[in-house]
Amino acid sequence: MKQGSTGAWVAMGLGVLYFLLPLIATFEFSLRLRRGEYSFDAYRSALGSGEFQSAFLYSATLAIVTIVIAIVIVVPTAYWIQFKLSWLRGVVEYITLLPLVIPAIVLVFGYIKLFNTESWLPLTGSAFGSDVLLTLGYVGLGLPYMYRSVEAGMRALDVKTLTEAAQIQGAGIGTVLFRVILPNLRGSLLSGAFLTFAIVIGDFTYASLLNRPTFGPYLQRVGAARAYEPAALAIMAFAITWGCMGVIQIVGQGGRASRARS
Amino acid sequence: MSFLTLSRVQKHYGANAVVKSFDLSVERGEFITLLGPSGCGKTTTLRMVAGFETPSAGEIRIEGADVTALPPNKRQIGMVFQAYALFPNMTVAANVGFGLRIAGRPAADIKSRVMEMLAMVKLADFAERFPHQLSGGQQQRVSLARALAPSPRILLLDEPLSALDARIRVSLREEIRALQRQLKITTIFVSHDQEEALSMSDRVVIMNGGVVEQAGPPSEVYNRPRTRFVASFVGSLNQIEARVIDAAMGEVEIEGQRAHCAALPAGAAAGESRLFALRPEAVRLGAGEAGHNRLEGVVCDLSFLGALVRMSVRVGALTLLVDAFNRSDAMLPSPGAAVQLSFRAEDLVGLEPA
Amino acid sequence: MTGATLSSPKTGARAFSLAPWLGVAPFFVFAVLFLIAPTFSLLVGAFQTPQGDFTLDNLWRLGQPSIRNSYLLSLEVSAASSLLGGLFGLVLAFAAVRGGLPAWVRPTLMTFSGVASNFAGVPLAFAFVSTLGRMGLVTLLLDRGLGFNLYQHGFNLFTFWGLTITYLYFQIPLMTLVVAPALDGMKKEWGEAAESLGASRLQFWTLIGLPILGPSLIGAMLLLFANAFGAIATAYSLTGPSLNIVPILMFAQIRGDVLHDPNLGFALAFGMFAITGLSNLAYLALRARSERWMR
Repeated sequence: MKQGSTGAWVAMGLGVLYFLLPLIATFEFSLRLRRGEYSFDAYRSALGSGEFQSAFLYSATLAIVTIVIAIVIVVPTAYWIQFKLSWLRGVVEYITLLPLVIPAIVLVFGYIKLFNTESWLPLTGSAFGSDVLLTLGYVGLGLPYMYRSVEAGMRALDVKTLTEAAQIQGAGIGTVLFRVILPNLRGSLLSGAFLTFAIVIGDFTYASLLNRPTFGPYLQRVGAARAYEPAALAIMAFAITWGCMGVIQIVGQGGRASRARS
Repeated sequence: MSFLTLSRVQKHYGANAVVKSFDLSVERGEFITLLGPSGCGKTTTLRMVAGFETPSAGEIRIEGADVTALPPNKRQIGMVFQAYALFPNMTVAANVGFGLRIAGRPAADIKSRVMEMLAMVKLADFAERFPHQLSGGQQQRVSLARALAPSPRILLLDEPLSALDARIRVSLREEIRALQRQLKITTIFVSHDQEEALSMSDRVVIMNGGVVEQAGPPSEVYNRPRTRFVASFVGSLNQIEARVIDAAMGEVEIEGQRAHCAALPAGAAAGESRLFALRPEAVRLGAGEAGHNRLEGVVCDLSFLGALVRMSVRVGALTLLVDAFNRSDAMLPSPGAAVQLSFRAEDLVGLEPA
Repeated sequence: MTGATLSSPKTGARAFSLAPWLGVAPFFVFAVLFLIAPTFSLLVGAFQTPQGDFTLDNLWRLGQPSIRNSYLLSLEVSAASSLLGGLFGLVLAFAAVRGGLPAWVRPTLMTFSGVASNFAGVPLAFAFVSTLGRMGLVTLLLDRGLGFNLYQHGFNLFTFWGLTITYLYFQIPLMTLVVAPALDGMKKEWGEAAESLGASRLQFWTLIGLPILGPSLIGAMLLLFANAFGAIATAYSLTGPSLNIVPILMFAQIRGDVLHDPNLGFALAFGMFAITGLSNLAYLALRARSERWMR
């Protein structure tokens, strides 16, 4: 089984077929809105809808807040684990595995139970409280990826040596973190950010159960009500996910290249 | 007719000729080492004998039969890899017995043969262990037992000692050689370490850039290197540019001093400048015996190398390395002292032009 | 600034430095409040009555026919998509890693798998409706092109098999991603050593290849199993309440659409957590074991 066996090509071909067909079919379906001819009417209808715009904006805003909080939590943690508290690494890695091991629906159920109107922190009682809960839930969902990305970036940076070099020059911890470490983590942070963005935009479970008007529940509603707009929205969702991944690839390489140059 | 013959074997990858033209005849029970730097084609040649690579041209014969196109699992060869390649899901005993199991031998036979092989490599107590529980040296010995268990016709070893610690390398080297002598199995060993090659082999084949530079017993390859590459690859060496004075008498001139060479290379003409090799250990301090070459020089430096003392001596514009045994009663010169060097005419070896 | 304590020599009692602990505090506070506590609270709630007393009653009630069937259905869907996804994912990974294909194939496949394994949920359901729904492209092509009407032959996207086929869209890439490194670990020398000892290709795979790969494959499929078991958004959009898998049941419980019995809901969550948790733990254990072998 050496040079390009036929079996391998056949397997690849079938794989490509299975994965591309739904995308092609969805695109084709999305063009069928106008009777008898292909058009982008479904896209226009979807994009033009006020509900679409508000839902998407809502999700996007939540995503940005999520990313900021995630960075604030993850970066110092990864830094101190590398620098001083390396014995805690196992515990931290185990914790970052939790969002992957615990199904999302179980987690959000837990939120609703723990933070309901009769509990010590009644977040579910108000719209703002629910937003807070939703955002923090998203931070949790994105935690494994953000942490892994930042940790890999820090490991490549040799954080310990950088810090000591800065401290000899008189820098305090704040300066070290903000002026030395953070700028060099650009690639990792952007990777984590775009992944988080994709996760937030793509969420349905959390938002639906916490009753917030984000993109996920909106998509589901459109799917139940309309015929062709869902397909257009699916294509757009896929394009966004691909776009995020594409940026991550480029940014990831750019980060590596800049480190090599220095 | 020899046991294993490679005739005009070549191997190309596209435009890249890794083995350009390889000829070798191996007698039954001989221990041959293919020696050379990385990329010289030695491993590729070994793999062609094994059957993992097919020659682009030429043929390979084992016991007279043409095996060039025969797949590896039908050639009855044993192979030991650099990375041990023990099967991690099997115990040591199962690994060693694998070839016999494939051949369909009865379980009792397999068991006794496995214990016999493990005893031979002194790992009888490790039969039920798994590879990841063994050290590198131990894994390699199991690998050897596994290769030899089905009584193959030829044993092939692809740099088996390169991944091991220096001390284990030396002891395992001796074990392999002892085993081979005991079993009298035809063996081809690939190495880039000339010490290994010289100490283990009946014959050494030195390869460079896909061709054979020289093939012969270790003493011949060491003492009478044919080309500059062989001379510099095997052992340390003085390379001397000398002018031929009298080709028939073998008289040459080194930095203005006369010397005799026992065998000038063919076609050497008077007035020509030629390259000669002189081993550091062949040079003695002092006037030496009658008929020896003598050179006058000044000591630059002395290095203590344990069993040897290495001196560098300036002869005109040339710096010669001279090795002397570190004997407690030896009187060694200090730097700056004038010394006489002597060596036999036979030790000045003319090299073929590159 | 507490930064000074980092490089100052340990003087008597002030050897303890506060800064690192302040730095990691947000992480641990977050983890406890929003990862560990909610889950723990749920699990505890599964063993409580509405008044807070300890009881095993909720777990017993999981045995009632409708819920038991729900679990069985979930197990079947997860098993189907993980076995099939495992098989096809393995074939694809094998083709990419050892099939002798051009060098650009593998990185492309891996990148695509990375994206596709995240492309679950509502848009995926829409995509498959557009493909295999009654008016879907493939359905129409088969009907008008080959005269083969899927729906007349009993196929329906909004059933067990429809959901399974849809799940495969993220299960297969996940398998490929997880299994490719394991395939990398299959040393070429093992195959050559086996060949030199007389084994045929088939003998190599049955005696050495599959036994070595086995734990990784099983582990990966357990990961897929857990992944499918916990998935809800795709099912909700595609089959909704007509296919009563456990997440759908839980969804309804949480919404309060069914009998308002939160403790039963907690028990449902407990059951789901136990199954996915065990599955994931088994995956991690098998992965650690095969990594030890491959060293």
